[in-house]
Amino acid sequence: MLALKDVHVYYGAIHALKGVTLEVKEGEIVTLLGANGAGKSTTLKAISALLQPRSGEIIFDGCRLHRVSAQEVVRMGISHVPEGRRIFANLTVLENLELGAYLRRDRREVASALDEVWRHFPRLKERQKQLAGTLSGGEQQMLAIGRALMMRPRLLLLDEPSMGLAPLLVKEIFSIIQEINRRGTTILLVEQNVHSALQVAHRGYVLETGRIVLAGSAEELSGSEEVKKAYLGG
Amino acid sequence: MAELVQQLINGLTLGGIYALIALGYTMVYGIIQLINFAHGDILMVAAYVAFFAITVLKVGVVPALVLAVVFCALLGVAIERIAYKPLRQAPRLAALITAIGVSLFLENGGLWLLGTDFRSFPPGTVNNYTYTLLGGTVRITSMQLLILALTLLVMVILQYIVHYTKVGKAMRAVAYDKEAAALMGINVDSVVSVTFALGSAFAAVAGVLWGLYYNTVHPLMGLMPGLKAFVAAVIGGIGIIPGAMAGGFFLGIIEALVSGYGSSELRDPVVFILLILVLLFRPAGLLGKDTVEKV
Repeated sequence: MLALKDVHVYYGAIHALKGVTLEVKEGEIVTLLGANGAGKSTTLKAISALLQPRSGEIIFDGCRLHRVSAQEVVRMGISHVPEGRRIFANLTVLENLELGAYLRRDRREVASALDEVWRHFPRLKERQKQLAGTLSGGEQQMLAIGRALMMRPRLLLLDEPSMGLAPLLVKEIFSIIQEINRRGTTILLVEQNVHSALQVAHRGYVLETGRIVLAGSAEELSGSEEVKKAYLGG
Repeated sequence: MAELVQQLINGLTLGGIYALIALGYTMVYGIIQLINFAHGDILMVAAYVAFFAITVLKVGVVPALVLAVVFCALLGVAIERIAYKPLRQAPRLAALITAIGVSLFLENGGLWLLGTDFRSFPPGTVNNYTYTLLGGTVRITSMQLLILALTLLVMVILQYIVHYTKVGKAMRAVAYDKEAAALMGINVDSVVSVTFALGSAFAAVAGVLWGLYYNTVHPLMGLMPGLKAFVAAVIGGIGIIPGAMAGGFFLGIIEALVSGYGSSELRDPVVFILLILVLLFRPAGLLGKDTVEKV
């Protein structure tokens, strides 16, 4: 479904991605692991066209995403939940979700997407008139995911959904991620919480200073000495 | 008492115009954090478009106003695309200096093209009736009523756009977080263009009203109202739409009271002293929240 081939991304003179190659197949949850600054978020930003790769190819559904706008990527069926949630704190919960469906013209489709989001996140429905900035951290993360689901994406990019959340909430968020996946959305998950990520993912990649250094099934990665030593504290 | 009511009416009229202009400053600042110093000169362009529409094309006030609004909305979008958009990633100072450059360009272009003459609208352009209130002690003209009515209408329209339309929600989203807005599929450039179009259209309404109210047009006429409206936007809290409205009316009333009870020579110093006081004691503006930097 999605393939990155030897993707290089620069921030000015900084060479952030040094030839990333990875693949996400339809129906999978693939996790991208790595330390701070390894290039995980950069990879997601390159996919959603917030950053333009200097070289390499990003292919989605057989189409090369080359010099496309962020808008076109959303329209093609890729939604990106950015790091730090980035909800619109000055808008209400409902308005945030409506903006998630910005490119949808059919009101009925928006309404049914909204129903689906309420089903995943009943707590958001109770708070729909509230300003998003007044939500708790966990609710804000739910809103950020719900907002991305409003486009009914075929591929969902999740950037550190567990960041700053209490363990119980992390569990809840990860079970929702699995539920979303079961309903047919493919997921590329960036995480620092390696343990939780490998529990829900089918496959994973480990990124180190802009390069993929390890790839395998979730079981293989959980069993790998390098992953254990570097990320699982043992 | 009658004197006070009279000054309040005058103040609201003037304040309405300031508020219309201040809206453009505050909307543009809210969305791209730029003080668009050319904004006041849009007002001058609008007044001239209306002036020539009435004197050369011989149309009425309403078509002249519509023409000025459309022309200035397009001019505002063009200025943004040509002068500001290439600098969006540049330091803010670069865009600010460019805005001053655009302002000088419009003013001196106006002087070169139109000369330094003050021009007046032909007599009878607007029917100016005077109504008396409170037993003949308070006077309000039809021009003042028109200004108040148009100002309120524009504000209602703007509130509707910002809060209930898709593009309005997109504007608020872009103002808050451009990158997150882009991830929603919002075309940030288009939203910025819409913001300039709206702000310039409001300035055009203000410009035509200003020209008719004082019955003069001049290439430098945008300077003072532009500056005052900027002060109004800062007093209300730059970036906050209700703040621009409140700031505009507040400033207009202060000016009227100072002119009425003190002297009109004190008017401008008082306005700028007020600006300094607000910047000293409430830098976020009267309606502004003291924003805490998010971590």
